[in-house]
Amino acid sequence: MKIENSFSKVLYIDLSKKTFFVEERYDLFSKYLGGTGVATQLLKENCKEGADPLSEDNTLVLAVSPFAGVFPLASKTVAMFKSPLTGDLGESHAGGRSAISIRSTGYGAIVINGKSSVPVYLSIHNGKVRFRNAYTLWGMRSCFQAGAIIRERESGSGIRAIMRIGKAGENGVAYSAVTTETYRHFGRLGMGAVMGSKNLKALVVSGKNSIPLADKKLYREVYNEIYDAAVKSDVMKKYHDIGTSGNVLSLQKIGALPTKNLQEGKFEKAKEIDGVHIAEHYLGRRVACAHCPVGCIHIANIREPHPNEPYFYKTAQVSYDYELLFALGSMLGIGDEKGMLKLIDEVEAYCLDAMSTGVVLAWTTEMYEKGLINIEQLNGLELKWGDWETYIKTVEQIVNQPNDFYKALAKGVAHASKIYGGEDFALAFGKNEMPGYHTGPGCHIGYAIGTRHSHLCNAGYSLDQKMIVDGTKETPQSIVDSLMKEEKWRQILSSLNLCFFARGIYTMDVIKRGLKSVGFDLTEEEINSIGEQIYAEKYSFKFREGFSFANQKWPKRIFETKSPSIEFDPKFMDEALAYAEKKIRELL
Amino acid sequence: MRLKVIDSQRCVGCQSCMFACSRRFGQAGLANTCMNVVSAGGMSKGFKVIVCRACKEPPCAKACPVDAFVVNPKGGIKLKPELCVGCKNCIDACILGAIQWNEETAKPLACIQCGLCVKYCPHHVIEIVEH
Ligand code: SF4
Ligand code: SF4
Ligand code: SF4
Repeated sequence: MKIENSFSKVLYIDLSKKTFFVEERYDLFSKYLGGTGVATQLLKENCKEGADPLSEDNTLVLAVSPFAGVFPLASKTVAMFKSPLTGDLGESHAGGRSAISIRSTGYGAIVINGKSSVPVYLSIHNGKVRFRNAYTLWGMRSCFQAGAIIRERESGSGIRAIMRIGKAGENGVAYSAVTTETYRHFGRLGMGAVMGSKNLKALVVSGKNSIPLADKKLYREVYNEIYDAAVKSDVMKKYHDIGTSGNVLSLQKIGALPTKNLQEGKFEKAKEIDGVHIAEHYLGRRVACAHCPVGCIHIANIREPHPNEPYFYKTAQVSYDYELLFALGSMLGIGDEKGMLKLIDEVEAYCLDAMSTGVVLAWTTEMYEKGLINIEQLNGLELKWGDWETYIKTVEQIVNQPNDFYKALAKGVAHASKIYGGEDFALAFGKNEMPGYHTGPGCHIGYAIGTRHSHLCNAGYSLDQKMIVDGTKETPQSIVDSLMKEEKWRQILSSLNLCFFARGIYTMDVIKRGLKSVGFDLTEEEINSIGEQIYAEKYSFKFREGFSFANQKWPKRIFETKSPSIEFDPKFMDEALAYAEKKIRELL
Repeated sequence: MRLKVIDSQRCVGCQSCMFACSRRFGQAGLANTCMNVVSAGGMSKGFKVIVCRACKEPPCAKACPVDAFVVNPKGGIKLKPELCVGCKNCIDACILGAIQWNEETAKPLACIQCGLCVKYCPHHVIEIVEH
């Protein structure tokens, strides 16, 4: 087998006609590597301009790369689609076994078009595609159950990925996610709803194709370097020991932990929901994505007694990381960690994005507190900070959308606040709900101009931290320059399916030699230029679908609640936006 | 020497062991792995690490109609691929599921107890021990 054949075949699936075909697309992979780079092009080619995101005109792309199945931590499949939450580019990354299984079944990317007339799931083993009736799985309360059933029916145990949606995706919640391997998610921008609108419940993928190499000796060398850095050095320590959940107290310390809809930057019960406390009392197991020796997935065990039968317990295994603890903990004023874990479990069962759900619930609570919405609109649910039991019931309402108010909530906080008011404290950037960092202007500008899935892992957080620690004074322009530089580089990382946690390991040198070992002989300049092109291509898709800098609004709340970094006001932030727009337009 | 699972409860399912085994053949991917790590009924329940126990009287070898396995008197097997007819009898005979299958060559994959996988397990789940 030629090396390029092993990653450059694209599988096109038409759900409307239940047909598929395979095309060699080395043209795309040689130019854009894979992952984000290739997915952007496939989305542009296939998704009709101006498509309704929840219609058959939308396209869902899953892309892997020449690194998947080859190097450790190249585990994140890149999904792209037009987002029902923002109306423009939807990008989402997830690990589990997804990237390895797609590559090992023989494809570099899967493009899903059209809409099935009945609920189906796709079963792809060793490259062979089958459409399977998923009627009986539709409407099931928990996506864990749906996964368990598919697991029983399908082959490929140990090497398969089962990517499925939950009830939230079926019901078109604009921030519904796709779960793979129980604990990993294609989160944020509504991939779940896109699959739901296509009547696609799940994809099961497995395969064991061999993967040829260009330079075996170099490959072993680079492999061992990466592996050793991942397990023996300190680069990854913060991810495997306590995990990102230890950020609760780190952010609390500097007053950057969004609390009660960011009315505060500190939470009096931060200690109870921090990773250290949860690890001590609940950590039951750690799990890894395929081909990741780090194992950053932390799973808590919660045991609850049956409400009216003695000596009858159920134990749930709930995965947690910082974003969940912020969104479904401090953001909602929940300091009862067990209650928070139960809420997380509920959100996961419906397959909702946890961050968006938390921010939506927080906004709704404040709206109710301020008397801007009433109890009828809430369908009788009296929301209060910290009251996780009522939040659990509210989540169900968001999924089932019994009235206009919940229908609006299911479209996100930007949409709901446009109708009901409270825009000043609707914490969304470009219609995407905020992640858990209120460190300063860097992170907020990063959310607003980021092109990636979650806008989380932008460099803004570390820029803010630098300002806090070293007292450096950044300007709007210098912040944008740094963010854009890092963003361009991260397009390379995601085009190679790399987990962003491993960005300290995957330096330019490692990537360059790694690429050489699999048949890409590129210079540093060439690699950087690919990153810049991909960045520009993503913006061109955003603009094509109506994104405009002029429409970006800053929620007033980010100025009202002090952040630990430098002072910033709307003028500072608007200057950054204007400068970013100029810089980005120059690239197009 | 034989490969032994010392504590499957510590396994995180990273497959580093499987990738290491497969790399022995100068390729990436999982095509040639001689072991398997599967979830114990979903990831929440942890993992089963399936390795060959290097039986002294291996049922897999006995089931082979063309004697394609060479049996080590101390335990363990070695496949002579040139003899194998691809009938999968060995796969059925090993009730542990320790024999893997290469889809491309249509031949079984049997562990040679070399211990490379052990070096790449970050959580000391597997060990090479004396027979
Ligand atoms: S493959 Fe199974 S039957 Fe054969 S030697 Fe190994 S454990 Fe025994
Ligand atoms: S001992 Fe060697 S042959 Fe056996 S599973 Fe480990 S790496 Fe593979
Ligand atoms: S390398 Fe170790 S922890 Fe990882 S899957 Fe194999 S046995 Fe489990």
